[in-house]
Amino acid sequence: MIVSVASGKGGTGKTLVATSLALSLKDEHKIQFLDCDVEEPNAHVFMKPVFTESQKVFIPVPSVDEAKCNHCGKCGEVCAFNAVAVTSHKVLVFPELCHGCGACGYLCPQNAITEVANEIGILEVGVAEGIDFVRGKLAIGQVMAPPIIRAVKDIADSNMDTIIDAPPGTSCPVVESIKDSDFCLLVTEPTPFGLNDLALAVATARQLGISCGVILNRAGVGDGAIEEYCRQESMPIMLTIPLDNAIASLYSRGIPLVAGIPAYKISFVELYENILEVVNEGSSSSER
Amino acid sequence: MKEVVVLSGKGGTGKTSIAGSFAAVAKNKVMADCDVDAADLHLLLAPSVKEKHEFRSGQVAVINRDKCLQCGLCRGICRFDAILDYKVDPISCEGCAFCSRVCPVAAITMQECQAGEWFIADTKYGPLIDARLGIAQENSGKLVSLVRQQAKVLAEDGGYDWLISDGPPGIGCPVIAALSGVKLALLVTEPTLTGMHDLERILGVCQHFNVPALVCVNKYDINLENTGRIEEYCLNQGVEVAVRIPYDNVVTEALSLGRPVVECSDGMVSREITRLWKKIVEFVG
Repeated sequence: MIVSVASGKGGTGKTLVATSLALSLKDEHKIQFLDCDVEEPNAHVFMKPVFTESQKVFIPVPSVDEAKCNHCGKCGEVCAFNAVAVTSHKVLVFPELCHGCGACGYLCPQNAITEVANEIGILEVGVAEGIDFVRGKLAIGQVMAPPIIRAVKDIADSNMDTIIDAPPGTSCPVVESIKDSDFCLLVTEPTPFGLNDLALAVATARQLGISCGVILNRAGVGDGAIEEYCRQESMPIMLTIPLDNAIASLYSRGIPLVAGIPAYKISFVELYENILEVVNEGSSSSER
Repeated sequence: MKEVVVLSGKGGTGKTSIAGSFAAVAKNKVMADCDVDAADLHLLLAPSVKEKHEFRSGQVAVINRDKCLQCGLCRGICRFDAILDYKVDPISCEGCAFCSRVCPVAAITMQECQAGEWFIADTKYGPLIDARLGIAQENSGKLVSLVRQQAKVLAEDGGYDWLISDGPPGIGCPVIAALSGVKLALLVTEPTLTGMHDLERILGVCQHFNVPALVCVNKYDINLENTGRIEEYCLNQGVEVAVRIPYDNVVTEALSLGRPVVECSDGMVSREITRLWKKIVEFVG
């Protein structure tokens, strides 16, 4: 089973939930943890993996052989991302705009285009307390997170029980991170920002056809608007974590919630069992 | 007209609460919400929308089954695994149009996506430009660029002195779209190990693009030891920590009222945010 942890709004507690969930399950299950927040990967701060392998992530970008090129302009014309511009005597390539689709090289009438590897980040594989740990990391100044997220997922074992720590937001990096999940946990906080962004995250998960449930973090403040929203949308609130200085202090020091307050382990194990139940019901009735 | 952007790397450090308060403190400015994935600034500024525009960007391939010969060429050349059983998965499709160009019977067409909306609004603090990216859509960087460009036009035509943007979390495409060419990036961090880790990465991006930065440590008193480490780190990097803002529930209370915190309290948080804006004005000069 693949469970991803997402949220529209950043800083609601995705990494706190994902790491404590994985650590709570590790004694009973063989777990794999994927940190797909490749712009700001943070799970390692809590899980302290020992990395055993590191590889660069590349996307293929065009390289033009000016000796063969007759500046016909075909490559510039077929590029949907304006990554290639052709002047009368030179072809300009903008690697940061290139998606690596390969169209320009395939369609060049002169066979003047080959592809070279453009490094956009790295992939690291290791182990943390018996949990297989994979993270991707976008290089500073690079724009394209989705190819790194794809690389993280490609190297992962798709048959293993997996917890995914997703990036914030609702656009391509989030979609890439959660799209194959069996279940998506959406972490929110009881503020108007939390509510607004939860509704966006729910819409994203639904668009992808992924069952989801809510985790309400820093509960205690607020006016019950999240609870009301969840009732209206028939969204289960699967776990509530109170606003608590002790929890904030553990977080600030990079200590996982279940390591600092072991009583939470039961809650996370129950959470996982509840997710399993929802997913099994979903697959036996096939249609939600 | 001078443009500043509020960024953080890590989400949830207080970008929007601070940017919303700047709206109340700064004079003669245009506000822009560049977090188009999850735009929240409007929740503090009570905007009345004057203009609403469609944002069309990107395309998705569609296969005409009547024309398709099922040769499989499109599937072979697609690098995004977007074609399965002679159908296009619109979620995986990047809109590169490669398949439509190689299909021997022209069975594949490209359809434009309605990728979002953007708005020009009035608030009692001045104009606000913001946007809503369509659910699960791509091209958030392009929408950020559009919001900035529209806000700039408005600010320049209207003779405004400042453009203040609330930026997105992360360090990738939308952040770089929000950051390039601004006069100053205010980096909001918090004294947590993750906040510190992410500050290093966003500061790296600022340095990469030669954008001057100021740092603000929000909720500094939740871990004084880490706050000390941030200050030491910034000193080594030659970046000024402009202010420290304490943790106070008044921020959440103001948020629940849908108002900038500086309007709800004259305590330490409000005083420090006001001082922070003054420092920004001095810094940009």
